[in-house]
Amino acid sequence: MRILVGVKQVLNLDEEFEMRGDGLDVDQDYCDRALNEWDDYALEEALRIRERGGGDIEVVAATVGGEEATAELRKCLAKGADRGVRVWDDCLRDCDGMMVAHVLAAIVRREDPALVLTGVQGADHGQAQTGVAVAALLGWPWAAVVRALEFSADAGEAIARRELEGGLEECIRIRCPAVLTIQVGINTPRYASLRGVTQAAGRPVDTPAFERLGIDAAAIASARASRVRRMYVPQKPRPRMIEGSVREQAAELAALIRDIRGDRR
Amino acid sequence: MSAILVIAEHRRGVLRPVTLELVTAALAVREELRARVEIAIIGGGADALTPALSLEGVDELLLVPTPIDAFQPECHAAAGEALIAARRPRLVLIPHSVDGISYAPAIAATGGHGYASDVSALRCEGADIVATRSAYREKARVELDFPGRQTVVITVRPGSFLPATRAGGGMPVTTLAVPGVPLNSEHCGFIEPEPEADVDVSAAEFLVAVGRGIGEQAMTGEVAQLAGRMGATLACSRPIVDAGWLPKSRQIGQSGRTATNCRLYLALGISGAVQHLAGMKHVETVIAVNRDPDAAIFSVARFGLVADVAELVAELRALFP
Repeated sequence: MRILVGVKQVLNLDEEFEMRGDGLDVDQDYCDRALNEWDDYALEEALRIRERGGGDIEVVAATVGGEEATAELRKCLAKGADRGVRVWDDCLRDCDGMMVAHVLAAIVRREDPALVLTGVQGADHGQAQTGVAVAALLGWPWAAVVRALEFSADAGEAIARRELEGGLEECIRIRCPAVLTIQVGINTPRYASLRGVTQAAGRPVDTPAFERLGIDAAAIASARASRVRRMYVPQKPRPRMIEGSVREQAAELAALIRDIRGDRR
Repeated sequence: MSAILVIAEHRRGVLRPVTLELVTAALAVREELRARVEIAIIGGGADALTPALSLEGVDELLLVPTPIDAFQPECHAAAGEALIAARRPRLVLIPHSVDGISYAPAIAATGGHGYASDVSALRCEGADIVATRSAYREKARVELDFPGRQTVVITVRPGSFLPATRAGGGMPVTTLAVPGVPLNSEHCGFIEPEPEADVDVSAAEFLVAVGRGIGEQAMTGEVAQLAGRMGATLACSRPIVDAGWLPKSRQIGQSGRTATNCRLYLALGISGAVQHLAGMKHVETVIAVNRDPDAAIFSVARFGLVADVAELVAELRALFP
């Protein structure tokens, strides 16, 4: 049995960053790259299912990204994933989330897992669309914003808790194979051990071309659901800043708090 | 004439207020799109919600009965697809809420529609719809359009539009039957938030809230003591709860409590994720302390300090003996 975890390499902007010449994105020289936090929780959940379920479960980490995204797959392998899959094609440059969903759906078809887990959203753009879109494209059941999970391979179903607004949760029962989007806080993701990092070097990362996934660039390009007109840095309202040494800051803050609280009495 | 379709959100028989914000968003672009505004209520108990949605400028209410009362994403997606097929709307507005993000992407993916999520502003340029959303953790903003798409599905960020309040009436109420779909998941009940044993952060007038930037668990105790001396109630952002440092009852934000009564909010080491801001950005006086001068929390603060929280708290303890 196989669990596929969809992961994304996200970009974190440096404090000082610049827009790209065409004004459609940031200049990637001003970013560092990281594994999406939500996907880290999804991976951890898959690894725990494998550990509870015995040895016949394979955890596959899959990503849609260029060569640089291999680093995040290596992190997943170091934490315990068995295998990585990375898919890229030049048509994905400046792609939108729907194009990614189409490619990820093709990877899922090829891998034929019993369960797909992915983060609720990417930490960079927070689109919160990939997992649900993948499920719809596959015609699979899905549930979003899962914060507790019991997966039963034998019964072919899962019991999950969805986190709703205001502290409310919903319990659901869902048929599998299914796509579940995982909320942060469902578990505590592990760190990779030194041994894990060493072992990860020997584990395979497959990079199938579009043809091997049964998709083509024209079809993926036509799945685009939005186009960037421009990206810009918004003028944000700034507060009155309290400056000085930390001692001076604390003194002014204390006076301010007393003033505000005093006015109320 | 084309249409703007607003999909109402409700839970346990109660209309969720974000629906009224979507109506405002629809009314703002209706003239440029030369569109009717239609509100669809999917699911059981729709009749009871029609008075609250009989708003000025709304042209029609659509009731879409479903076999089950609880939210079910396949059911909502199928109903949304059937509504789009029946009404051919130019624009479909859905809340960017937990339930909204559970079916909106499915409608867009299945139908091949234009799609943008968590949108905070909308406008038209000629026949084009232009949606604005945040990028890179709120540090940048992006404008999107949807070339070649007849229908554009958009999830709208809660709090981006004022709720529509002007009552209307006399609009037709139409019941629309949609074909059933096989449902592969079922609702097994709600789990209520744990009752506040010792504290009600939503009642407090003065909150001192801690976030990931406090660095270590021991700081929660120090800040709790300081808050006590200041006459404040201790609160926190989500990562502190996820780390197990403070109980869920202390959490301010979308999945926690709202700072309903708060007049003064001191945010220590909170970066200001949109989910946290949803619970506190309305507070009259927000004072934000963060090491990152670009932290999003500063955009909702009246006063700001760029400082290390631990160092600042150490100084404050001397000033609040």
